[in-house]
Amino acid sequence: MGKTFAEKALARAAGLNEVRPGEIADVYPDLYMSHMASWRCIRTMEKLGSDKLYDVDRVAMVMDHISPAQSAKTADDQRLCREFAKKHGVKKFYDVNAGIAHVVLTEEGFIRPGMVIIGTDSHTTIYGALGALGTGVGFSELTAAWVTGKLWMKVPESLKVTIDGPLAPGTSSKDVMLKLIGELTADGATYLSVEFHGSYTEGLSVSDRMTLCNLAMELGAKNGFVRPDNTTRKYLARRGVNPDHYDEIHPDADAAYVKTVALDGRKLVPQIACPHAVDNVKPIDQVAGKKVDQVFIGSCANAKYEDLVEAARILKGRKVATGVRLLVSPASKEIVARTVADGTYAVFLEAGALLTNPGCSACAGDGGAMADGEVTLSTANRNFQGRMGSYKAEIYLGSPAVAAATAVTGVITDPREFL
Amino acid sequence: MSEKIRGKAIKFGNNVDTDVIIPGRYLVSIDPQELAKHAFEPLGPEVQKRLWSSQVVVAGTNVGCGSAREQAASCLIGSGIKAVVAKSFSRVFFRNCINTGLPAIECRDAAEAVGDGGEMSIDLDGGLIEAAGKSFRFAPYPQSLKQILDAGGLIPYLAKFVLPQQALKR
Ligand code: SF4
Repeated sequence: MGKTFAEKALARAAGLNEVRPGEIADVYPDLYMSHMASWRCIRTMEKLGSDKLYDVDRVAMVMDHISPAQSAKTADDQRLCREFAKKHGVKKFYDVNAGIAHVVLTEEGFIRPGMVIIGTDSHTTIYGALGALGTGVGFSELTAAWVTGKLWMKVPESLKVTIDGPLAPGTSSKDVMLKLIGELTADGATYLSVEFHGSYTEGLSVSDRMTLCNLAMELGAKNGFVRPDNTTRKYLARRGVNPDHYDEIHPDADAAYVKTVALDGRKLVPQIACPHAVDNVKPIDQVAGKKVDQVFIGSCANAKYEDLVEAARILKGRKVATGVRLLVSPASKEIVARTVADGTYAVFLEAGALLTNPGCSACAGDGGAMADGEVTLSTANRNFQGRMGSYKAEIYLGSPAVAAATAVTGVITDPREFL
Repeated sequence: MSEKIRGKAIKFGNNVDTDVIIPGRYLVSIDPQELAKHAFEPLGPEVQKRLWSSQVVVAGTNVGCGSAREQAASCLIGSGIKAVVAKSFSRVFFRNCINTGLPAIECRDAAEAVGDGGEMSIDLDGGLIEAAGKSFRFAPYPQSLKQILDAGGLIPYLAKFVLPQQALKR
Protein backbone atom coordinates (compact mmCIF):
# COMPACT_ATOMS: atom_id res chain seq x y z
CA MET A 1 0.00 0.00 0.00
CA GLY A 2 1.37 3.41 -0.97
CA LYS A 3 1.78 6.41 1.28
CA THR A 4 0.19 9.82 1.45
CA PHE A 5 2.12 13.06 1.52
CA ALA A 6 1.60 13.51 5.27
CA GLU A 7 2.76 9.98 6.10
CA LYS A 8 5.99 10.52 4.18
CA ALA A 9 6.64 14.05 5.44
CA LEU A 10 6.09 13.19 9.11
CA ALA A 11 8.15 10.00 8.88
CA ARG A 12 11.04 12.00 7.51
CA ALA A 13 10.74 14.72 10.17
CA ALA A 14 10.54 12.07 12.88
CA GLY A 15 13.57 10.23 11.53
CA LEU A 16 11.56 7.04 11.02
CA ASN A 17 11.23 4.70 8.07
CA GLU A 18 7.49 4.90 8.17
CA VAL A 19 4.61 6.11 10.30
CA ARG A 20 0.96 5.09 10.21
CA PRO A 21 -2.14 7.23 10.58
CA GLY A 22 -3.17 7.47 14.22
CA GLU A 23 0.37 6.95 15.47
CA ILE A 24 1.84 9.66 17.71
CA ALA A 25 5.37 10.54 16.68
CA ASP A 26 8.02 12.92 18.01
CA VAL A 27 8.59 15.19 15.06
CA TYR A 28 11.49 17.61 14.53
CA PRO A 29 10.03 20.50 12.50
CA ASP A 30 12.26 22.34 10.03
CA LEU A 31 10.88 25.77 10.84
CA TYR A 32 9.06 27.31 13.81
CA MET A 33 7.03 30.36 12.87
CA SER A 34 5.69 32.68 15.51
CA HIS A 35 3.88 35.98 14.95
CA MET A 36 2.48 38.37 17.51
CA ALA A 37 2.39 35.38 19.88
CA SER A 38 6.21 35.40 19.98
CA TRP A 39 6.26 37.37 23.22
CA ARG A 40 4.11 34.69 24.85
CA CYS A 41 6.67 32.09 23.77
CA ILE A 42 9.46 34.21 25.22
CA ARG A 43 7.64 34.57 28.54
CA THR A 44 6.91 30.84 28.56
CA MET A 45 10.57 30.09 27.91
CA GLU A 46 11.50 32.30 30.87
CA LYS A 47 9.03 30.45 33.03
CA LEU A 48 10.62 27.23 31.92
CA GLY A 49 13.94 28.57 33.17
CA SER A 50 15.60 27.89 29.83
CA ASP A 51 17.77 30.24 27.80
CA LYS A 52 19.00 28.04 25.01
CA LEU A 53 17.32 27.52 21.63
CA TYR A 54 17.52 24.10 20.01
CA ASP A 55 18.34 25.61 16.61
CA VAL A 56 18.15 29.36 16.14
CA ASP A 57 18.11 29.01 12.34
CA ARG A 58 14.74 27.28 12.52
CA VAL A 59 13.20 30.19 14.42
CA ALA A 60 11.23 32.69 12.33
CA MET A 61 9.42 35.65 13.91
CA VAL A 62 7.21 38.14 12.16
CA MET A 63 5.56 41.02 14.00
CA ASP A 64 2.19 40.85 12.27
CA HIS A 65 -1.38 40.86 13.66
CA ILE A 66 -1.04 44.23 15.37
CA SER A 67 1.39 46.33 13.38
CA PRO A 68 2.42 48.94 14.22
CA ALA A 69 1.68 48.69 17.94
CA GLN A 70 -1.55 50.39 19.02
CA SER A 71 -1.00 50.39 22.76
CA ALA A 72 1.88 50.65 25.19
CA LYS A 73 1.35 46.98 26.07
CA THR A 74 1.73 45.81 22.45
CA ALA A 75 4.74 48.08 21.99
CA ASP A 76 6.30 46.49 25.04
CA ASP A 77 5.58 42.98 23.75
CA GLN A 78 7.15 43.82 20.41
CA ARG A 79 10.20 45.30 22.08
CA LEU A 80 10.59 42.06 24.01
CA CYS A 81 10.63 40.14 20.71
CA ARG A 82 13.13 42.51 19.11
CA GLU A 83 15.48 42.22 22.06
CA PHE A 84 15.11 38.44 22.15
CA ALA A 85 15.87 38.19 18.43
CA LYS A 86 18.96 40.33 18.86
CA LYS A 87 20.22 38.49 21.90
CA HIS A 88 19.80 35.04 20.37
CA GLY A 89 20.82 36.05 16.87
CA VAL A 90 17.49 35.18 15.22
CA LYS A 91 18.17 36.04 11.59
CA LYS A 92 14.64 35.33 10.37
CA PHE A 93 13.17 38.22 12.34
CA TYR A 94 10.77 40.57 10.56
CA ASP A 95 9.50 43.72 12.17
CA VAL A 96 6.15 45.56 11.95
CA ASN A 97 6.86 46.86 8.44
CA ALA A 98 7.11 43.43 6.79
CA GLY A 99 3.54 42.18 6.45
CA ILE A 100 1.70 38.92 7.19
CA ALA A 101 4.03 36.19 8.42
CA HIS A 102 2.82 33.47 6.04
CA VAL A 103 3.28 35.60 2.97
CA VAL A 104 6.56 37.16 4.10
CA LEU A 105 8.21 33.81 4.88
CA THR A 106 7.03 32.38 1.57
CA GLU A 107 8.41 35.36 -0.35
CA GLU A 108 11.72 35.11 1.51
CA GLY A 109 12.21 31.55 0.25
CA PHE A 110 12.11 29.92 3.69
CA ILE A 111 9.23 27.63 2.78
CA ARG A 112 10.40 24.66 0.75
CA PRO A 113 8.95 21.38 -0.49
CA GLY A 114 9.10 18.50 1.96
CA MET A 115 9.57 20.64 5.08
CA VAL A 116 7.53 20.25 8.24
CA ILE A 117 6.65 23.68 9.62
CA ILE A 118 4.80 24.61 12.79
CA GLY A 119 3.38 28.05 13.47
CA THR A 120 1.45 29.80 16.23
CA ASP A 121 -1.30 30.42 13.73
CA SER A 122 -4.01 28.14 12.47
CA HIS A 123 -3.48 29.16 8.84
CA THR A 124 0.02 27.68 8.89
CA THR A 125 -1.62 25.14 6.56
CA ILE A 126 -0.83 27.67 3.80
CA TYR A 127 2.72 26.29 3.40
CA GLY A 128 1.30 23.29 1.58
CA ALA A 129 1.23 25.63 -1.42
CA LEU A 130 4.93 24.88 -1.87
CA GLY A 131 4.65 21.21 -0.98
CA ALA A 132 5.50 21.63 2.73
CA LEU A 133 3.53 20.33 5.69
CA GLY A 134 2.49 23.36 7.72
CA THR A 135 0.32 23.10 10.80
CA GLY A 136 -0.85 25.39 13.57
CA VAL A 137 0.10 24.93 17.23
CA GLY A 138 -0.33 26.84 20.47
CA PHE A 139 2.37 29.08 21.91
CA SER A 140 3.38 26.58 24.62
CA GLU A 141 4.01 24.00 21.91
CA LEU A 142 6.04 26.39 19.86
CA THR A 143 8.11 27.19 22.93
CA ALA A 144 8.62 23.48 23.47
CA ALA A 145 9.99 23.21 19.93
CA TRP A 146 12.26 26.22 20.44
CA VAL A 147 13.82 24.53 23.44
CA THR A 148 13.72 20.81 22.62
CA GLY A 149 13.48 20.88 18.82
CA LYS A 150 10.59 18.45 18.80
CA LEU A 151 6.87 18.14 19.25
CA TRP A 152 4.37 15.28 19.47
CA MET A 153 2.20 14.95 16.41
CA LYS A 154 -0.53 12.55 15.50
CA VAL A 155 -0.11 11.20 11.99
CA PRO A 156 -3.27 12.23 10.13
CA GLU A 157 -5.36 10.33 7.67
CA SER A 158 -5.75 12.09 4.35
CA LEU A 159 -8.52 13.56 2.23
CA LYS A 160 -8.05 13.71 -1.53
CA VAL A 161 -9.74 16.59 -3.30
CA THR A 162 -9.73 16.45 -7.06
CA ILE A 163 -10.52 19.72 -8.79
CA ASP A 164 -11.06 19.78 -12.51
CA GLY A 165 -10.44 22.98 -14.40
CA PRO A 166 -10.28 25.44 -15.95
CA LEU A 167 -12.52 27.42 -13.62
CA ALA A 168 -15.63 29.10 -14.94
CA PRO A 169 -15.18 32.81 -15.74
CA GLY A 170 -15.57 35.13 -12.75
CA THR A 171 -14.52 32.46 -10.24
CA SER A 172 -11.23 31.85 -8.44
CA SER A 173 -9.42 29.65 -5.95
CA LYS A 174 -11.44 31.38 -3.20
CA ASP A 175 -14.72 30.24 -4.75
CA VAL A 176 -13.33 26.70 -5.06
CA MET A 177 -12.59 26.64 -1.34
CA LEU A 178 -15.83 28.27 -0.21
CA LYS A 179 -17.78 25.77 -2.29
CA LEU A 180 -15.81 22.91 -0.75
CA ILE A 181 -16.22 24.24 2.80
CA GLY A 182 -19.94 24.68 2.24
CA GLU A 183 -20.24 21.09 1.06
CA LEU A 184 -17.94 19.37 3.53
CA THR A 185 -18.70 21.75 6.47
CA ALA A 186 -16.30 23.35 8.92
CA ASP A 187 -15.25 20.01 10.35
CA GLY A 188 -15.29 18.10 7.09
CA ALA A 189 -11.54 17.52 7.30
CA THR A 190 -10.86 17.69 11.05
CA TYR A 191 -7.44 16.13 11.82
CA LEU A 192 -7.01 15.32 8.13
CA SER A 193 -4.25 16.15 5.70
CA VAL A 194 -5.99 17.64 2.65
CA GLU A 195 -4.30 16.93 -0.68
CA PHE A 196 -5.41 18.93 -3.70
CA HIS A 197 -5.19 17.06 -6.98
CA GLY A 198 -6.75 17.39 -10.42
CA SER A 199 -6.16 19.29 -13.64
CA TYR A 200 -6.93 22.64 -12.00
CA THR A 201 -3.96 22.33 -9.65
CA GLU A 202 -1.43 21.48 -12.35
CA GLY A 203 0.60 24.55 -13.20
CA LEU A 204 -1.59 26.64 -10.89
CA SER A 205 -0.03 29.87 -9.61
CA VAL A 206 1.59 29.74 -6.17
CA SER A 207 -0.77 32.53 -5.10
CA ASP A 208 -3.84 30.38 -5.84
CA ARG A 209 -2.21 27.38 -4.18
CA MET A 210 -1.75 29.53 -1.09
CA THR A 211 -5.47 30.35 -1.07
CA LEU A 212 -6.37 26.65 -1.36
CA CYS A 213 -4.09 25.55 1.47
CA ASN A 214 -4.89 28.56 3.65
CA LEU A 215 -8.61 27.85 3.53
CA ALA A 216 -8.09 24.12 4.08
CA MET A 217 -7.86 25.22 7.70
CA GLU A 218 -11.52 26.19 7.57
CA LEU A 219 -12.32 22.54 6.88
CA GLY A 220 -10.56 21.71 10.14
CA ALA A 221 -7.53 20.29 8.34
CA LYS A 222 -4.19 19.59 9.95
CA ASN A 223 -2.46 20.70 6.77
CA GLY A 224 -3.02 21.29 3.07
CA PHE A 225 -0.91 20.15 0.13
CA VAL A 226 -0.48 20.82 -3.55
CA ARG A 227 2.02 18.66 -5.36
CA PRO A 228 5.18 20.58 -6.34
CA ASP A 229 5.69 20.97 -10.08
CA ASN A 230 7.54 23.23 -12.47
CA THR A 231 5.51 26.24 -11.36
CA THR A 232 6.69 25.59 -7.80
CA ARG A 233 10.29 25.11 -8.84
CA LYS A 234 10.30 28.28 -10.92
CA TYR A 235 8.76 30.28 -8.10
CA LEU A 236 11.43 29.05 -5.72
CA ALA A 237 14.25 29.60 -8.21
CA ARG A 238 13.19 33.23 -8.59
CA ARG A 239 13.57 33.52 -4.83
CA GLY A 240 17.05 32.05 -4.90
CA VAL A 241 16.04 28.56 -3.83
CA ASN A 242 17.35 25.85 -6.14
CA PRO A 243 16.31 22.19 -6.26
CA ASP A 244 19.40 21.09 -4.32
CA HIS A 245 18.05 23.13 -1.38
CA TYR A 246 15.04 20.87 -0.94
CA ASP A 247 13.72 17.37 -1.30
CA GLU A 248 10.23 17.13 -2.78
CA ILE A 249 7.73 14.69 -1.35
CA HIS A 250 4.97 13.28 -3.55
CA PRO A 251 2.15 11.00 -2.44
CA ASP A 252 2.11 7.53 -4.01
CA ALA A 253 -0.47 6.83 -6.69
CA ASP A 254 -1.89 3.99 -4.56
CA ALA A 255 -1.90 5.92 -1.27
CA ALA A 256 -4.88 5.28 1.03
CA TYR A 257 -7.33 8.13 1.58
CA VAL A 258 -10.19 8.12 4.07
CA LYS A 259 -12.25 10.16 1.70
CA THR A 260 -12.07 11.48 -1.83
CA VAL A 261 -14.05 14.41 -3.13
CA ALA A 262 -14.36 15.79 -6.63
CA LEU A 263 -15.20 19.34 -7.62
CA ASP A 264 -15.91 20.48 -11.16
CA GLY A 265 -14.40 23.96 -11.49
CA ARG A 266 -15.89 24.42 -14.94
CA LYS A 267 -19.35 24.65 -13.39
CA LEU A 268 -18.40 26.86 -10.47
CA VAL A 269 -20.20 30.14 -9.69
CA PRO A 270 -19.00 32.82 -7.22
CA GLN A 271 -19.62 31.75 -3.62
CA ILE A 272 -20.27 33.74 -0.44
CA ALA A 273 -19.79 32.60 3.17
CA CYS A 274 -22.54 34.22 5.22
CA PRO A 275 -22.46 35.20 8.92
CA HIS A 276 -21.26 33.84 11.35
CA ALA A 277 -19.70 30.63 10.02
CA VAL A 278 -17.33 29.92 7.16
CA ASP A 279 -19.39 26.90 6.13
CA ASN A 280 -22.61 28.91 5.80
CA VAL A 281 -21.94 29.17 2.07
CA LYS A 282 -24.39 30.26 -0.62
CA PRO A 283 -24.05 30.80 -4.35
CA ILE A 284 -23.85 34.53 -4.96
CA ASP A 285 -27.30 34.93 -6.52
CA GLN A 286 -28.85 34.11 -3.14
CA VAL A 287 -27.01 36.93 -1.39
CA ALA A 288 -26.59 39.51 -4.15
CA GLY A 289 -28.14 42.87 -3.35
CA LYS A 290 -27.27 42.76 0.37
CA LYS A 291 -26.19 46.29 1.38
CA VAL A 292 -22.68 46.66 2.81
CA ASP A 293 -20.99 49.40 4.84
CA GLN A 294 -17.44 48.24 4.34
CA VAL A 295 -15.40 46.11 1.96
CA PHE A 296 -12.10 44.64 3.14
CA ILE A 297 -9.53 43.34 0.69
CA GLY A 298 -6.89 41.81 2.90
CA SER A 299 -5.56 38.77 4.83
CA CYS A 300 -3.22 35.90 4.10
CA ALA A 301 -6.03 34.25 2.13
CA ASN A 302 -6.54 37.00 -0.43
CA ALA A 303 -4.28 40.07 -0.33
CA LYS A 304 -1.44 38.69 -2.39
CA TYR A 305 -0.22 40.49 -5.48
CA GLU A 306 -2.41 38.48 -7.86
CA ASP A 307 -5.48 39.10 -5.67
CA LEU A 308 -4.95 42.86 -5.72
CA VAL A 309 -4.45 42.87 -9.48
CA GLU A 310 -7.69 40.92 -9.86
CA ALA A 311 -9.62 43.43 -7.73
CA ALA A 312 -8.01 46.40 -9.49
CA ARG A 313 -9.14 45.08 -12.86
CA ILE A 314 -12.73 45.73 -11.81
CA LEU A 315 -12.01 48.96 -9.90
CA LYS A 316 -10.07 50.58 -12.72
CA GLY A 317 -11.85 53.70 -13.91
CA ARG A 318 -14.62 53.21 -11.34
CA LYS A 319 -15.38 54.69 -7.92
CA VAL A 320 -16.23 53.11 -4.59
CA ALA A 321 -19.98 53.61 -3.93
CA THR A 322 -20.90 56.60 -1.78
CA GLY A 323 -21.10 55.69 1.90
CA VAL A 324 -19.02 52.54 1.52
CA ARG A 325 -15.53 52.23 3.02
CA LEU A 326 -13.08 50.17 0.96
CA LEU A 327 -10.10 49.01 3.01
CA VAL A 328 -7.16 47.49 1.17
CA SER A 329 -4.35 45.90 3.18
CA PRO A 330 -1.65 44.34 0.99
CA ALA A 331 -0.21 41.18 2.54
CA SER A 332 3.43 42.25 2.46
CA LYS A 333 5.88 45.06 1.90
CA GLU A 334 7.00 43.43 -1.33
CA ILE A 335 3.41 43.44 -2.61
CA VAL A 336 3.07 47.14 -1.80
CA ALA A 337 6.21 47.82 -3.82
CA ARG A 338 5.03 45.73 -6.78
CA THR A 339 1.58 47.34 -6.87
CA VAL A 340 3.09 50.80 -6.63
CA ALA A 341 5.46 50.00 -9.50
CA ASP A 342 2.82 48.65 -11.88
CA GLY A 343 0.07 51.19 -11.16
CA THR A 344 -2.29 48.85 -9.29
CA TYR A 345 -1.84 50.91 -6.14
CA ALA A 346 -2.92 54.06 -7.98
CA VAL A 347 -6.09 52.32 -9.23
CA PHE A 348 -7.14 51.72 -5.62
CA LEU A 349 -6.33 55.29 -4.61
CA GLU A 350 -8.26 56.77 -7.52
CA ALA A 351 -11.24 54.53 -6.82
CA GLY A 352 -11.38 55.98 -3.32
CA ALA A 353 -9.93 53.11 -1.30
CA LEU A 354 -8.14 53.45 2.00
CA LEU A 355 -4.80 51.64 1.72
CA THR A 356 -3.25 50.52 4.99
CA ASN A 357 0.24 49.33 5.81
CA PRO A 358 0.88 45.66 5.01
CA GLY A 359 -0.20 43.22 7.71
CA CYS A 360 -3.19 41.36 9.10
CA SER A 361 -5.07 44.61 9.55
CA ALA A 362 -8.85 44.25 9.88
CA CYS A 363 -8.61 40.44 9.66
CA ALA A 364 -7.02 40.45 13.11
CA GLY A 365 -9.34 43.20 14.35
CA ASP A 366 -6.46 45.66 13.96
CA GLY A 367 -8.48 48.56 12.56
CA GLY A 368 -11.51 48.33 10.31
CA ALA A 369 -13.91 47.71 13.20
CA MET A 370 -17.67 47.81 12.57
CA ALA A 371 -20.43 49.45 14.59
CA ASP A 372 -23.59 47.57 15.69
CA GLY A 373 -25.62 46.41 12.72
CA GLU A 374 -22.95 47.11 10.10
CA VAL A 375 -22.00 44.72 7.31
CA THR A 376 -18.59 43.98 5.76
CA LEU A 377 -17.79 41.97 2.65
CA SER A 378 -14.30 40.62 3.26
CA THR A 379 -11.75 38.59 1.30
CA ALA A 380 -10.41 37.09 4.55
CA ASN A 381 -10.93 33.54 5.75
CA ARG A 382 -13.12 33.98 8.83
CA ASN A 383 -16.47 35.60 9.52
CA PHE A 384 -16.94 34.70 13.17
CA GLN A 385 -19.09 36.90 15.36
CA GLY A 386 -17.17 39.84 16.80
CA ARG A 387 -14.05 39.32 14.70
CA MET A 388 -14.32 42.86 13.27
CA GLY A 389 -15.64 45.09 16.02
CA SER A 390 -19.23 44.80 17.25
CA TYR A 391 -20.67 41.42 18.17
CA LYS A 392 -23.78 42.69 16.39
CA ALA A 393 -22.06 43.25 13.04
CA GLU A 394 -21.97 40.84 10.10
CA ILE A 395 -19.10 39.58 7.93
CA TYR A 396 -19.61 38.01 4.49
CA LEU A 397 -16.65 36.35 2.77
CA GLY A 398 -15.95 36.31 -0.94
CA SER A 399 -13.24 36.49 -3.60
CA PRO A 400 -11.24 39.63 -4.48
CA ALA A 401 -13.39 40.02 -7.60
CA VAL A 402 -16.60 39.90 -5.55
CA ALA A 403 -15.08 42.43 -3.14
CA ALA A 404 -14.22 44.86 -5.92
CA ALA A 405 -17.62 44.56 -7.60
CA THR A 406 -19.33 45.01 -4.23
CA ALA A 407 -17.26 48.10 -3.40
CA VAL A 408 -18.38 49.71 -6.66
CA THR A 409 -22.09 49.05 -6.25
CA GLY A 410 -22.43 49.14 -2.44
CA VAL A 411 -24.33 45.85 -2.39
CA ILE A 412 -23.01 42.28 -2.68
CA THR A 413 -22.49 41.91 -6.40
CA ASP A 414 -21.69 39.13 -8.83
CA PRO A 415 -18.35 40.06 -10.45
CA ARG A 416 -19.47 38.48 -13.71
CA GLU A 417 -21.51 41.66 -14.24
CA PHE A 418 -18.19 43.43 -14.75
CA LEU A 419 -16.53 40.92 -17.07
CA MET B 1 -2.89 9.26 39.89
CA SER B 2 -5.75 11.42 38.75
CA GLU B 3 -8.91 11.54 40.84
CA LYS B 4 -12.33 11.75 39.36
CA ILE B 5 -13.48 15.07 37.98
CA ARG B 6 -16.93 15.95 39.29
CA GLY B 7 -19.19 18.87 38.65
CA LYS B 8 -21.85 20.69 36.74
CA ALA B 9 -21.95 20.84 32.96
CA ILE B 10 -22.52 23.85 30.75
CA LYS B 11 -23.66 22.77 27.32
CA PHE B 12 -23.00 24.31 23.91
CA GLY B 13 -23.86 23.33 20.34
CA ASN B 14 -21.70 22.51 17.31
CA ASN B 15 -18.80 24.55 15.89
CA VAL B 16 -18.16 26.72 18.93
CA ASP B 17 -15.30 28.85 17.59
CA THR B 18 -12.36 30.29 19.50
CA ASP B 19 -13.39 33.87 18.67
CA VAL B 20 -16.49 33.20 20.75
CA ILE B 21 -14.60 31.39 23.51
CA ILE B 22 -12.14 34.26 23.88
CA PRO B 23 -12.37 37.29 21.54
CA GLY B 24 -9.12 38.35 19.85
CA ARG B 25 -9.09 41.72 21.58
CA TYR B 26 -8.24 40.05 24.92
CA LEU B 27 -5.27 38.05 23.68
CA VAL B 28 -2.94 40.72 25.06
CA SER B 29 -3.16 38.72 28.28
CA ILE B 30 -1.97 35.18 29.03
CA ASP B 31 -3.23 35.20 32.61
CA PRO B 32 -5.99 32.56 32.94
CA GLN B 33 -7.80 34.55 35.67
CA GLU B 34 -7.82 37.73 33.63
CA LEU B 35 -8.88 35.86 30.46
CA ALA B 36 -11.68 34.12 32.35
CA LYS B 37 -13.47 37.46 32.75
CA HIS B 38 -13.94 37.58 28.99
CA ALA B 39 -14.52 33.90 28.26
CA PHE B 40 -17.66 33.48 26.11
CA GLU B 41 -18.29 37.22 26.31
CA PRO B 42 -19.94 37.35 22.85
CA LEU B 43 -22.70 35.10 24.20
CA GLY B 44 -23.56 37.57 26.97
CA PRO B 45 -23.31 37.84 30.77
CA GLU B 46 -25.89 35.10 31.49
CA VAL B 47 -23.80 32.47 29.73
CA GLN B 48 -20.64 33.77 31.39
CA LYS B 49 -22.18 33.51 34.85
CA ARG B 50 -23.19 29.90 34.21
CA LEU B 51 -19.70 29.15 32.86
CA TRP B 52 -18.04 30.41 36.02
CA SER B 53 -20.21 28.17 38.19
CA SER B 54 -19.69 25.08 36.02
CA GLN B 55 -16.88 22.53 36.05
CA VAL B 56 -17.29 20.79 32.70
CA VAL B 57 -17.83 22.30 29.26
CA VAL B 58 -19.91 20.00 27.07
CA ALA B 59 -20.16 20.69 23.35
CA GLY B 60 -21.18 19.19 20.03
CA THR B 61 -18.94 18.64 17.03
CA ASN B 62 -15.82 20.64 16.08
CA VAL B 63 -15.54 22.54 19.35
CA GLY B 64 -12.76 25.14 19.36
CA CYS B 65 -12.63 25.62 15.60
CA GLY B 66 -10.93 28.69 14.20
CA SER B 67 -7.90 30.54 15.48
CA ALA B 68 -5.02 28.64 17.12
CA ARG B 69 -5.14 30.86 20.21
CA GLU B 70 -4.06 28.85 23.24
CA GLN B 71 -5.99 31.23 25.47
CA ALA B 72 -9.20 29.47 24.38
CA ALA B 73 -8.09 26.64 26.64
CA SER B 74 -6.48 28.69 29.41
CA CYS B 75 -9.48 31.04 29.78
CA LEU B 76 -11.56 27.95 30.58
CA ILE B 77 -9.05 26.85 33.18
CA GLY B 78 -9.25 30.34 34.69
CA SER B 79 -13.03 29.98 34.72
CA GLY B 80 -12.76 26.89 36.91
CA ILE B 81 -13.43 24.38 34.15
CA LYS B 82 -11.85 20.97 34.82
CA ALA B 83 -12.60 19.16 31.56
CA VAL B 84 -14.13 19.59 28.11
CA VAL B 85 -16.33 16.78 26.77
CA ALA B 86 -17.40 17.02 23.14
CA LYS B 87 -18.61 14.99 20.20
CA SER B 88 -15.48 16.10 18.36
CA PHE B 89 -12.70 18.67 18.68
CA SER B 90 -10.94 20.94 16.24
CA ARG B 91 -7.38 19.68 16.28
CA VAL B 92 -5.55 22.81 17.46
CA PHE B 93 -8.00 23.30 20.32
CA PHE B 94 -7.59 19.66 21.33
CA ARG B 95 -3.81 20.12 21.41
CA ASN B 96 -4.10 23.38 23.32
CA CYS B 97 -6.30 21.75 25.96
CA ILE B 98 -3.87 18.89 26.55
CA ASN B 99 -0.87 21.18 26.46
CA THR B 100 -2.35 23.56 29.04
CA GLY B 101 -3.38 20.63 31.25
CA LEU B 102 -7.11 20.66 30.55
CA PRO B 103 -8.50 17.19 29.79
CA ALA B 104 -10.28 17.15 26.43
CA ILE B 105 -12.48 14.10 25.99
CA GLU B 106 -14.10 12.96 22.82
CA CYS B 107 -17.25 11.07 23.76
CA ARG B 108 -20.18 11.43 21.43
CA ASP B 109 -22.79 9.67 23.55
CA ALA B 110 -21.97 11.49 26.77
CA ALA B 111 -21.96 14.86 25.00
CA GLU B 112 -25.38 13.99 23.64
CA ALA B 113 -26.89 12.72 26.89
CA VAL B 114 -25.73 15.32 29.39
CA GLY B 115 -28.18 18.15 29.88
CA ASP B 116 -27.27 21.78 30.43
CA GLY B 117 -26.54 22.16 34.15
CA GLY B 118 -26.44 18.38 34.65
CA GLU B 119 -24.05 16.77 37.11
CA MET B 120 -21.34 14.51 35.76
CA SER B 121 -18.27 12.63 36.90
CA ILE B 122 -15.29 11.71 34.77
CA ASP B 123 -12.71 9.03 35.44
CA LEU B 124 -9.78 9.84 33.17
CA ASP B 125 -7.72 6.74 33.87
CA GLY B 126 -10.68 4.41 33.64
CA GLY B 127 -12.12 6.09 30.54
CA LEU B 128 -15.55 6.41 32.12
CA ILE B 129 -18.08 9.22 32.28
CA GLU B 130 -21.14 9.03 34.51
CA ALA B 131 -23.96 11.41 33.75
CA ALA B 132 -27.73 11.49 33.38
CA GLY B 133 -27.93 8.19 35.28
CA LYS B 134 -25.86 6.36 32.68
CA SER B 135 -22.22 5.46 32.08
CA PHE B 136 -20.25 6.18 28.94
CA ARG B 137 -16.88 4.83 27.87
CA PHE B 138 -14.11 6.69 26.09
CA ALA B 139 -10.60 5.69 25.08
CA PRO B 140 -8.16 6.73 27.83
CA TYR B 141 -5.19 8.84 26.73
CA PRO B 142 -2.04 7.20 25.42
CA GLN B 143 0.78 7.32 27.97
CA SER B 144 2.60 10.21 26.26
CA LEU B 145 -0.38 12.56 26.51
CA LYS B 146 -1.28 11.31 29.97
CA GLN B 147 2.14 12.37 31.26
CA ILE B 148 1.62 15.88 29.90
CA LEU B 149 -1.83 16.14 31.49
CA ASP B 150 -0.62 14.77 34.82
CA ALA B 151 2.17 17.32 34.91
CA GLY B 152 -0.40 20.08 34.38
CA GLY B 153 0.48 20.82 30.75
CA LEU B 154 3.34 20.73 28.27
CA ILE B 155 5.48 23.44 29.86
CA PRO B 156 5.45 22.04 33.39
CA TYR B 157 6.02 18.61 31.83
CA LEU B 158 9.11 19.84 30.00
CA ALA B 159 10.38 21.63 33.10
CA LYS B 160 10.00 18.49 35.17
CA PHE B 161 11.08 15.71 32.85
CA VAL B 162 12.63 16.80 29.58
CA LEU B 163 14.88 19.75 30.37
CA PRO B 164 16.65 18.15 33.35
CA GLN B 165 17.57 15.24 31.06
CA GLN B 166 18.84 17.57 28.37
CA ALA B 167 20.95 19.37 30.95
CA LEU B 168 22.47 16.04 31.97
CA LYS B 169 23.37 15.21 28.38
CA ARG B 170 25.04 18.53 27.67
S1 SF4 C 1 -4.29 37.74 7.92
FE1 SF4 C 1 -5.92 37.04 9.28
S2 SF4 C 1 -5.96 34.83 9.06
FE2 SF4 C 1 -4.03 35.54 8.19
S3 SF4 C 1 -2.53 35.36 9.84
FE3 SF4 C 1 -3.36 37.44 9.91
S4 SF4 C 1 -5.09 37.38 11.34
FE4 SF4 C 1 -4.59 35.24 10.77
